[in-house]
Amino acid sequence: MVIPAPSALEPGQVASLEASPDLAKTRKKGGSLARTRGERIFGVFNVIVLLLAVAVTLYPVINVAAQSFSSEKYIDFGQVFVWPRGFNIDTYKVVAGDPAFWIDYKNTVVYTVVATAISMFLSTIYAYALSRKELKGRTFFVWVALITMFYSGGLIPQYVLVSGLGLTDTIWAIVLPNAISVFNLLVMKSFFENMPRELEEAAALDGLDTYGTLWRVVLPLSKAVIATMILFYAVANWNSWFQAFLYLDKSSMFPVTIYLRNLITGASSAQTSGANAASDLTAISANIKAVAMVLTMLPILVVYPFVQRYFVSGVMLGSVKQ
Amino acid sequence: MTTVAAKPEGVGTPPRRRGKSVLRHWQLYSLLVLPLIYFLVFRYVPMIGNVIAFRQYIPGGSIFGESWVGFQNFTLFLTDPNFWTVFRNTVMLGGLTLVFGFPVPLVLALLMNELRTRWFKRFVQTTTYLPHFLSVVIVAGMVFQLTSLHGSINELLSAVGLQKISFMQEPGWFPAIYVGSEIWQTAGWGTILYLAALTTIDENLYEAARIDGANRWQQTWHVTLPGILPTVMTLLILNIGTFMAVGFEKILLLYNPVTYSTADVISTYLYRVGIQAGSFSYAAAIGMFEALIGVILVVGANLVSKRVVGSSLW
Repeated sequence: MVIPAPSALEPGQVASLEASPDLAKTRKKGGSLARTRGERIFGVFNVIVLLLAVAVTLYPVINVAAQSFSSEKYIDFGQVFVWPRGFNIDTYKVVAGDPAFWIDYKNTVVYTVVATAISMFLSTIYAYALSRKELKGRTFFVWVALITMFYSGGLIPQYVLVSGLGLTDTIWAIVLPNAISVFNLLVMKSFFENMPRELEEAAALDGLDTYGTLWRVVLPLSKAVIATMILFYAVANWNSWFQAFLYLDKSSMFPVTIYLRNLITGASSAQTSGANAASDLTAISANIKAVAMVLTMLPILVVYPFVQRYFVSGVMLGSVKQ
Repeated sequence: MTTVAAKPEGVGTPPRRRGKSVLRHWQLYSLLVLPLIYFLVFRYVPMIGNVIAFRQYIPGGSIFGESWVGFQNFTLFLTDPNFWTVFRNTVMLGGLTLVFGFPVPLVLALLMNELRTRWFKRFVQTTTYLPHFLSVVIVAGMVFQLTSLHGSINELLSAVGLQKISFMQEPGWFPAIYVGSEIWQTAGWGTILYLAALTTIDENLYEAARIDGANRWQQTWHVTLPGILPTVMTLLILNIGTFMAVGFEKILLLYNPVTYSTADVISTYLYRVGIQAGSFSYAAAIGMFEALIGVILVVGANLVSKRVVGSSLW
C-alpha cells in the first residue's frame, strides 16, 4: 500500500493545509550574513551530498528511460547508462502494437476510476458522519474503522471470502476489498471536524437536510482535501497489482501492472504478446521491459510535479493527532 | 423540513421535541450504512474467517470451514523447520530495514533544512519524493534491470576490476538489495514529517544560540535535534511496532527459489502454502500468528511511546 502510516505529532504542530515544509520560513536569511569559513565549506559539502541523493534517486528512472530508446544489443553489452545508445523508437512501436498492452492499460484506467469513485464515496460519507457531534456512538464507529488498521483478517481468509462471494475474475474483486483506507478516512474526518460549525447551522436554517448540507455546503468547501484524497486513492489503485494477481485469471482483465509483472518475471502469458519482438523467446528483451515500465509510470511522472504538494499536505493533515 | 441537520441545543434551534435523536437524524445515520457493510464484509468477516485455522476447510465449502481440528495446525507450523526459517528471515529483513532505513530520512531532512536556496531545496524534495509514487512492480523491474549481469551495478563493478555478481541468484545479496530498494523508495517521502517538525522550532532559540556564540553545528546539536526529538522518538517507536510487516509484495516480485533461504518471509510463505498449495487452514494459522505478533508489537510500542514521549497513536 502506498498509504503512509499515520503518526502522532503534537496537536497544532502541523497546523494548516497550506503549511508545506518547503516554506521553511525565512529564518536562514539573517544568519547568512555572518557565515564562517567552516559553514561555507559545510554548505558546499551539503549541496554535493544532496545532489548525490538526487542522482541516486533519479538514476534508475533515467536508466530505464534510456534503455527504452536504445537498441537491444547495447543494453546486452551493458553500454546504456543515462543516454540511449543506438537510439530508436521501434521498441515503443512494438509495445504499442501489442493489443494486449492496450487492453491491460485500459483495464487499469477503468479499475482506477471505478475504485477511486467507490472509495471516495464510502470514505466521504463515513468521515462526514463521524465528524458530526450529534452522532450517537461516534467513538464506537471510529473504533470500527481503527481496529482494522491494527488487526486484519489476513491474506487467507480474505482470499477465501472473495472467492466465496464469487467475485473472482470480476472487477469487484479489485475495487471492493480495499475500498476504504482508514488513514484517508481519518484525514477526511479531521478536516470535516475543523470546519466552522456555523456553516452547517446556516445550512440547517436554510432548510437543507443532512444530505443537502454535505453535498451543497461541506463538499464545495472541502475541495482541497477531496483532491488530495482522490490523488491518494488513484495512485494506490493505479499502482496496485497484487489484488489482480490474486483474483484475476483471465488475461483480458489484467491491469497493466500485471502485464508488466509478467514481462519482468518472464512469466508465460506475456511471452505470446510482448516477446514476439524479442530475439530470444526464453527471455524478454530488456528494452521491451523498459518501454512497458516507462509507459506504466508515465501518467504518474506527468502529473506528479503538479500534484506533489497535495500529497504532502495530505500526509501532514493525517499526522495531526486524531 | 422534517429533518433538520443537527446543531447544538439552544442557538436559534427551531422548537423541536427532544425525540429520538436517531430518528431525527436518520439521514446522518443512513450515511453509516454502506461503509459499515463494507467494514463488516471485507474486514470483520475475514477476521472471523480465521476460525478456519482451527477447522478443516474445504475449498468451495463454507468459508468458515467444516469441522473442528483444534490446535493441530498451530502445532504443525511450530514444528515446521521452514516456518522458523521464514520467521528468522522476517525478523532479519524487518530489523535491517529499521536499522538502516530509519536514520536516512532524518539525516536527509536535517541536510535539506540547512539549504538556503529555496528553489534548490524544493528541487531536492520533489525528486526524492518521487519513488514513493511508483508501483512496486516498477521498482522491482528497476531492481532487476540494475542488478542484471549487464546492468549498471555490474558494469560499475567490472569497471573497477571486480567480478560480476548475479545478484538476484545469490541468497547472500538479497537482504542488501531489499533494504537498499526500500530506502530508495521511502527515504525522501520520510523526510516530510521531520521537515514539518523543523519549521516549528522557535526562531528565537537560534538567535539566542548565535548570541552565545554557537556555530551552526552547535546550533544543530543543541537546538535543532532537541526540537525534533519528540517526532523522532514517535516515528522510531512506530517503526519498531511495525517492523515485522516487511514488504510482502516486493519480496514476492523479487525472490525466487534460489534465494528462499534469505528472502522467504512469513507472508510469502503462507501465500505459497495457502493459495498456491491449497493448505488454507494451515496458512491461516500462520497468518493468525503473524497478525498476533503484529498487534502485540504495535500495542507495546504505543504503550512505550505514551510513557516515554507522551504521545501515542490513540
